[in-house]
Amino acid sequence: MANAIAQLGNRSLHVVRGLGNMAAFAASIGLAVVTPPVRPEAFVRELYKLGVLSLVIIVVCGLSVGMVLGLQGYHTLERFGAEQSLGALVGLSLIRELGPVVTALLVTGRAGSATTAEIGSMVATEQLDGLRMLSIDPVRLVVSPKALAMIVVMPLLTAIFIVCGLYGGYLVGVGLMGGDPGLYMASIRTSVDFYNDVEACLLKAGVFGVLVGLIATYRGYTSAPNAEGVSAATTSTVVMGSVVVLLADYVLTALWGV
Amino acid sequence: MNRSPVRDLVVGLFVLAGIVALAYLSISIGGFTWHNHGGLKVYADFSETGDLTVRAPVVIGGVRVGEVSAITLEKDFRARVDMILDSALQLSTDTSASIVTAGMLGDRYIELQPGGEERNLKSGDKILYTEPAMILERLLGQVIYGITKGSDTQPSPSSGPKTKSGGP
Repeated sequence: MANAIAQLGNRSLHVVRGLGNMAAFAASIGLAVVTPPVRPEAFVRELYKLGVLSLVIIVVCGLSVGMVLGLQGYHTLERFGAEQSLGALVGLSLIRELGPVVTALLVTGRAGSATTAEIGSMVATEQLDGLRMLSIDPVRLVVSPKALAMIVVMPLLTAIFIVCGLYGGYLVGVGLMGGDPGLYMASIRTSVDFYNDVEACLLKAGVFGVLVGLIATYRGYTSAPNAEGVSAATTSTVVMGSVVVLLADYVLTALWGV
Repeated sequence: MNRSPVRDLVVGLFVLAGIVALAYLSISIGGFTWHNHGGLKVYADFSETGDLTVRAPVVIGGVRVGEVSAITLEKDFRARVDMILDSALQLSTDTSASIVTAGMLGDRYIELQPGGEERNLKSGDKILYTEPAMILERLLGQVIYGITKGSDTQPSPSSGPKTKSGGP
């Protein structure tokens, strides 16, 4: 009995220690970002890896999510004779919920895992130790451009995803089902408000960028220095990143109604 | 970490595409405006606002000229509705405001009927003549009450044998 309680205490300490390490890691990234020297070259390279290389799946998934929303929404709204509200349905669901969340999940799978694998393999091949030998801070040189790029990339990809989704809904609602193009756009414009909806969407995307960037870099940085450790860290990034994004989404929506 | 012009160009295009998408969502879709634009701020008291909401449109002859900025309860239990209108609008002081419904069950909005007075409304003025919102349920209640009272005194002739032909 006492043994079980001790084990529980040990587990709790382990969790708390992990969170504390993560917070310290986040603080060191933040410090590296705001203090000189800045490295725009490394940042641009990470923008390319995380942003440009994720662009194809973001566009394809945005289009298909919008098309599915258009199809499902049209059939449901048709029952109530409210097909003219299709734009509001597609626009609000994409901007308030699906855009930030699905983008964050896709970026976690595409760019987050790649980030973890890259840093993890650098750990496994002792490259980070080599940098430390040269008294170069690996967090500043390797980690912080990746984390910063993730924060910048997430709102941009979210916006591209939503625009593609709106167009996908247009393709189905107007092109396939024969709805009115003007009504579709007008329905989006009247229902979507910058302060309530678009701002909330950007806030969510920014928070998800911070979370995914932090988890991906931390998992890679702390991975066990062997091939098995790198693969475990990559899996853990995808699982933990997705779960944390969905939990944070609920918390943000519940607390601030965004 | 050498410079690569093609990659830099692609990243630049990506960032531009993202910013264009953001701007499109904010300005065209979201209707982003800076809140400090000087509109004509007027208010009106209503006895009933129905489900009028903040940001509901204010129209004259079907043309949108502004929006509801706040709905609050006054001390005399009337609802005060604040509106921000187009600052170029020349509305006379005897303009009247009514809360109407788009269609049978649609959204509420405010319709203004301009009057004929010489003087114009200034920012902060009150619109004196108002017409409250019609509540459909109350009207229905009155109609049903009227029908049942009518059928008490004059019972309707009993309908014929039931048939199964009735259907939508």
